[in-house]
Amino acid sequence: MIGGLFIYNHKGEVLISRVYRDDIGRNAVDAFRVNVIHARQQVRSPVTNIARTSFFHVKRSNIWLAAVTKQNVNATMVFEFLYKMCDVMAAYFGKISEENVKNNFVLIYELLDEILDFGYPQNSETGALKTFITQQGIKSQSKEEQAQITSQVTGQIGWRREGIKYRRNELFLDVLESVNLLMSPQGQVLSAHVSGRVVMKSYLSGMPECKFGMNDKIVIDKQNKGGSSEEGGKSGKQSIAIDDCTFHQCVRLSKFDSERSISFIPPDGDYELMRYRTTKDIILPFRVIPLVREVGRTKLEVKVVIKSNFKSSLLAQKIEVRIPTPLNTSGVQLICMKGKAKYKASENAIVWKIKRMAGMKESQISAEIELLPTNDKKWARPPISMNFEVPFAPSGLKVRYLKVFEPKLNYSDHDVIKWVRYIGRSGIYETRC
Amino acid sequence: MPAVSKGDGMRGLAVFISDIRNCKSKEAEIKRINKELANIRSKFKGDKALDGYSKKKYVCKLLFIFLLGHDIDFGHMEAVNLLSSNKYTEKQIGYLFISVLVNSNSDLIRLINNGIKNDLASRNPTFMNLALHCIANVGSREMAEAFASQIPSILVAGDTMDSVKQSAALCLLRLNRMCPDLVPMGEWTARVVHLLNDQHLGVVTAATSLITNLAQKSPDDFKTAVALSVARLSRIVTSAAIDLQDYTYYFVAAPWLSVKLLRLLQCYPPPEDAALRSRLTECLETILNKAQEPPKSKKVQHSNAKNAILFEAISLIILYDSEPTLLVRACNQLGQFLQHRETNLRYLALESMCTLASSEFSHEAVKTHIDTVINALKTERDVSVRQRAVDLLYAMCDRSNAKQIVAEMLSYLETADYSIREEIVLKVAILAEKYAVDYTWYVDTILNLIRMAGDHVSEEVWYRVIQIVINRDEVQGYAAKTVFEVGRKLIPYQLKACGGYILGEFGNLIAGDSRSSPLVQFNLLHSKFHLCSVPTRALLLSAYIKFINLFPEIKTTIQDVLRSDSQLRNADVELQQRAVEYLRLSSIASTDILATVLEEMPPFPERESSILAKLKKKKGPGGHLPDIDDARRNVNGSTESSENAEASKKGSAHPFTDLLNVSSPPPATNSLLVDVFSDISKPAALEVCEENFSRFVCKNNGVIYEDQLLQIGLKSEYRQNLGRIYVFYGNKTSTQFVCFSSSVTSQDTLTPPQLNVHSKTVDPVIEGGAQVQQIINIECLSDFTDAPVLDISFRYGGTLQNIGVKLPVMLNKFFQPTEMTSQDFFQRWKQLGAPQQEVQKIFKAQHPMDTEVTKAKIIGFGAALLEGVDPNPTNFVGAGVIHTKSTQVGCLLRLEPNPQAEMYRLTLRTSRESVSQRLCDLLSEQF
Repeated sequence: MIGGLFIYNHKGEVLISRVYRDDIGRNAVDAFRVNVIHARQQVRSPVTNIARTSFFHVKRSNIWLAAVTKQNVNATMVFEFLYKMCDVMAAYFGKISEENVKNNFVLIYELLDEILDFGYPQNSETGALKTFITQQGIKSQSKEEQAQITSQVTGQIGWRREGIKYRRNELFLDVLESVNLLMSPQGQVLSAHVSGRVVMKSYLSGMPECKFGMNDKIVIDKQNKGGSSEEGGKSGKQSIAIDDCTFHQCVRLSKFDSERSISFIPPDGDYELMRYRTTKDIILPFRVIPLVREVGRTKLEVKVVIKSNFKSSLLAQKIEVRIPTPLNTSGVQLICMKGKAKYKASENAIVWKIKRMAGMKESQISAEIELLPTNDKKWARPPISMNFEVPFAPSGLKVRYLKVFEPKLNYSDHDVIKWVRYIGRSGIYETRC
Repeated sequence: MPAVSKGDGMRGLAVFISDIRNCKSKEAEIKRINKELANIRSKFKGDKALDGYSKKKYVCKLLFIFLLGHDIDFGHMEAVNLLSSNKYTEKQIGYLFISVLVNSNSDLIRLINNGIKNDLASRNPTFMNLALHCIANVGSREMAEAFASQIPSILVAGDTMDSVKQSAALCLLRLNRMCPDLVPMGEWTARVVHLLNDQHLGVVTAATSLITNLAQKSPDDFKTAVALSVARLSRIVTSAAIDLQDYTYYFVAAPWLSVKLLRLLQCYPPPEDAALRSRLTECLETILNKAQEPPKSKKVQHSNAKNAILFEAISLIILYDSEPTLLVRACNQLGQFLQHRETNLRYLALESMCTLASSEFSHEAVKTHIDTVINALKTERDVSVRQRAVDLLYAMCDRSNAKQIVAEMLSYLETADYSIREEIVLKVAILAEKYAVDYTWYVDTILNLIRMAGDHVSEEVWYRVIQIVINRDEVQGYAAKTVFEVGRKLIPYQLKACGGYILGEFGNLIAGDSRSSPLVQFNLLHSKFHLCSVPTRALLLSAYIKFINLFPEIKTTIQDVLRSDSQLRNADVELQQRAVEYLRLSSIASTDILATVLEEMPPFPERESSILAKLKKKKGPGGHLPDIDDARRNVNGSTESSENAEASKKGSAHPFTDLLNVSSPPPATNSLLVDVFSDISKPAALEVCEENFSRFVCKNNGVIYEDQLLQIGLKSEYRQNLGRIYVFYGNKTSTQFVCFSSSVTSQDTLTPPQLNVHSKTVDPVIEGGAQVQQIINIECLSDFTDAPVLDISFRYGGTLQNIGVKLPVMLNKFFQPTEMTSQDFFQRWKQLGAPQQEVQKIFKAQHPMDTEVTKAKIIGFGAALLEGVDPNPTNFVGAGVIHTKSTQVGCLLRLEPNPQAEMYRLTLRTSRESVSQRLCDLLSEQF
């Protein structure tokens, strides 16, 4: 179990230090600073073992969060906790920065007391936490409310309190995906996968029961086999194969295991319903075609063409192509048809930005790079990377339905206003050149 | 040095550095640096002419970036351009960049050398200094090649400034350390010596360092330095401190120079001239007197400087080893330090006393401090000081105080630091043996030692006990009784093994006592049998079979033990074999045969103690002395302390005996039986072909072996102590060889490897008529006699063929020729005059005496043929250096043909006896 949790700033000064178990000494704080933050070689592994003590760390902007233990704990559990901790902190005071951490000193200790007990993770649901840990200090509560807190903390449904009422029952559903790609210069896909999240925001009264349906291949195949085969081949094409997925704690896993249906009582407000990953039949929104020609020892000509590969009615946004330049670049001339391009010396790359681009279009940039002759160290030619945002899910995921039942209160599925949005972003989207 | 004016401060650089310092994170820093690098690259692009100031600024920035740990691969050219500037700051930055960043194999080195050459010739002292500093800082071979001949002339030129002389001396020192072969000796050396008389103390200090270093290379050239340095030393020592102004350090007059002069004097034997000698003695006395004076300052620097001179003076006194009064005074002075507050002083005092103890004059004086030393051993907090105390006790031990010292060391052993326990154990074991008057005391001590130190006792210690017990009848009974007594306790395995052995041999001597009847003895040994390691158990089994012989009454008990499954079916082959064989032997052999087979062991031949060898091996020759001391001592071997000299002579003269001692463990009882079998199981030793061996002494390529199946050709190349042999195996038949394998074995497996041989594997199949190649890499670790053997085996038409070929790897292959003048040659020839360094052989010519052929042979042998060196033109003279990994041995050879008698006289002089002998043998076979 987690023995202690430390938060450092970028210089390695300790901002927060909370020790949960006696086996973690005071010197553990320094050990991590000396061996990881101030290490001569940058430490890449998120898990570091120093003197039989394990340190698990994550870095958020310039802040280091480190969990410490002397026991053999489940490392993924610890990281899941650290991420959750980041989410909770972000929900309370926004961006995690040194300034914010210092300003919310008391609050963080209060949170740490609540979400970890003797090193065991407890309830880390932001919504639930907000009911009894408030930034303004604890308001005096009525007997009723206090009783409700007790029943909620100890009860079965820890993530939702009873008696919520909205005049308008509304529900927002976002499918957020990030698509990762590595492509050879000839256009061969070397590796590609999509990791996606279904994020919801619900404002529903009472204790509603929800059911979420998507074009999961297994479900659709089962339906086709079981009943009518009216949709036939069409649905087979439309369905997607999910490699693996994880759910929010509100989802009834037993039901998912037996019927593969996703049913849950949603928390109030923001939450992440599920995470998933797919590797098959990915729609690659952009294709990058690089052309690099070395002219003698002092010149390099680069031409990059990007092609958008989706419905022409859709618009991609925030497109950024990053073309790495050799380390001995002494000057760059750029010509591009669309957008703006700039040589950024501090990053050793040409950055080409396009605000908007419709589907089935193409655009190109050509660059002339002057080089300073140096002793013949070959340039490693790092891949060209790309960033973008598209209004569809590159995995092909579609939301088929989201039904809401509330037997006690008298509103039905039709009364709920539902909003669905798809956003596909680039993860590590690289093409070798 | 011109002051840096305000205007020269580089604002851009300052801004850049402060930017980097203000970076919040590593990433930000890298971004800033990338930006700056891109900026500098665009500035250096070449189409713009930069002024000196901006060039300097950008080179400075690059240097700063490099020192932050980033790679810099441009800007070298601009730095080289800065060298030609005539502004001091620009030149300085250029040199700084070059000495930090330019590596020796850069293609710019010629340009740099040119710049340096210009500066050296410029007569501007500041520029000359910069250039000299750069040469010294880079200190590469290329630099040495380019400038080693020029610097001496700068050093001794009359009109050179003092500061330049100082730099030149230090630069030359550095080059001499890096590549001694490139610094030419010549007439300038005599003038360097006179720098000791220079007015400027800085020059003198630098020159002293240089001379000390050069004197180790050719002591004769600098003999005159002795008189000068004595004079200089006495002037410093007797001067009032204020006379030297800048060179007075915390009221001590020129401490660094004094120390260096004393070091220089240590390179030479005591001066012959009586006046000089008395002057030196006077100096040393003054230094000793000064140590007694009350300190002029409480500052630690004052006492440090004073003590530094004192310790150097004491080591000179010890080295001379001829002035009893001085030695005793030094000893008393050190005695005072033994109780000093300062740990470092106590350490140094103990260390110096170790060497003092070996001098006959001061041995007694050292002995008076025994109580202090023992006290130090007990109370000292620093382990390294305790270690020195142990060393000193070891050094001061003699027959009169052996018992006390051994007892103290034993009692210290219990609390000693783990790192030094093994050494202490060895020392106790040696002292106990060396000074034992009464062998019962010896046996007690050693058994006690083994009991206490347990794991730190090496095999040699108990082997040695057994050797001694077996060789001395009078202690056998006592030893048996003692091991029996201590055997009752829970004891370390060495004691168990030792006990098993001794009881097996001499158990009968104590069997009369009912408390130690045979059965009791046996039970004692067997009680912890299962806890012992395999070798110990094997030894105990041998002891049991000996018991069967000694005490027939317990034969059945022992046979039962041998018969048990845990023995007869033991997983360990050795134990199983012993159990089976001993059981059979005891049941079928008659008592007579048993008595003969299992007779008491004959006395061991007297040899040098294997423990001593082990201790030496552990320490290495003079292992605790710094390098310079080592070299210094070698220069005048005559003054070496008597014991050391004796020890090292023994070490080099009988390199094998010690090891033989170790590697043939005394428990040879079992080998009576085992050896018979092991001989049979070994493949019959194959005959090694060496007919062509001697032909390869003077050449590197050719055919070494040929029969109707196989032809083996060689191509070899050698460089310093490394060699590579390409072996070509040619299949002369039309059918293929299969299972072809070849490996290189060394003939003497007992000794530590003198050659490091590494062979690549070859293709197991050689087609008919085809040839394959194998590469063998050889590293010469130390001088050697026996050549490695190439073992080849393959199947040809179903029969296994085995061929052994002696590889022509001889000592002379690691020869590097050295050219020298006649004067040099005879000077060195005389230096190698010690009788064991020369080997001479007179032999009859086997081939016609042709001058040209002989010349070719000497060159082929590897030595440089020196023409016009010998006054007699018919004689041949050669010189060279044998490179081994550990040492380099200089060799001089002289071959005097006598055409009338058809005889040759070959004389070889090298600094090592074994080398001389081997080379002489090799070469004499060639004519």
